Amino acid sequence: MSNRVSVQLFGITREIVGSSVLTLDLPQTGQVGDLLTNLKTQYPALNGLRSLLIAVNGEYAEADQSLHPNDEIALIPPVSGG
Amino acid sequence: MVAITTEPIDMNAAYQHVSTGAAGAITFFFGTVRDNTQNRPVERLEYEAYDRMAVAKMQEIADEACQRWDIRNYAIIHRKGNLTIGDMAVLIAVATPHRADAFDACRYIIDTLKQQVPIWKKEIFEDGQVWVDAHP
Repeated sequence: MSNRVSVQLFGITREIVGSSVLTLDLPQTGQVGDLLTNLKTQYPALNGLRSLLIAVNGEYAEADQSLHPNDEIALIPPVSGG
Repeated sequence: MVAITTEPIDMNAAYQHVSTGAAGAITFFFGTVRDNTQNRPVERLEYEAYDRMAVAKMQEIADEACQRWDIRNYAIIHRKGNLTIGDMAVLIAVATPHRADAFDACRYIIDTLKQQVPIWKKEIFEDGQVWVDAHP
C-alpha cells in the first residue's frame, strides 16, 4: 500500500516545481522530514531558499510529524506579506 | 475581523467596524506599495496567499493580541493579486480604551503577521522579478 500525498505549492516553490499541486508517494511511515528530503532531491533549486517549511492541515509542522493521505499539505517558502 | 481580499481595502469600512464608544484610541497601520527596493525602481507587486492558513494565522495573532492588550475591536485585512505603486496591501486597525495599548498592539500585529502568515510578494522590476526574501 502506498502513502500518496498531494502538496500545495505557493510563490517561488510553485515556480520552481512548475505546478501548484504535486502528488507523490511516501513510505507508509512517511514523515514531514521525508517529504522535504524527497522534494529537495527532485527539485534541487529548493535547497537555495532561505527557509522551507511544511504545513499540515493549516499548521506549521515539525520534521517528525507523520503524514497521511488525507492531510492537507503545503510547502511554505519564506513568507513576505505586509 | 480578519480577511484576505482581492478587492481594494476599504479603510472607511474598517473604521466603522472598529469604532466603539468603549475606545479612547484607534490606531491604523497601512502597508503600501513602495516605488523602489534599495533604489531599484519597482513597477508593481504580485501578492499570493495560502488563504485558509493565512486567515487562521491572522486570527491566532489577533487572539494573542487580545490576550496581551485591552482590545475592544480590531480589523486585519490583507489584499492579494496585482498591486500598483501606492496601493494599500495591508490594513491593521485596533481600538482600545487608551492609546498606549492601541500603538503596541498594532505594532505587534503587523510585525507578527510579516513573520508568520503564509503570504508572498513578488517585486516586478522593469528588467526582472524577484520573490521577496526567498533567498539568503
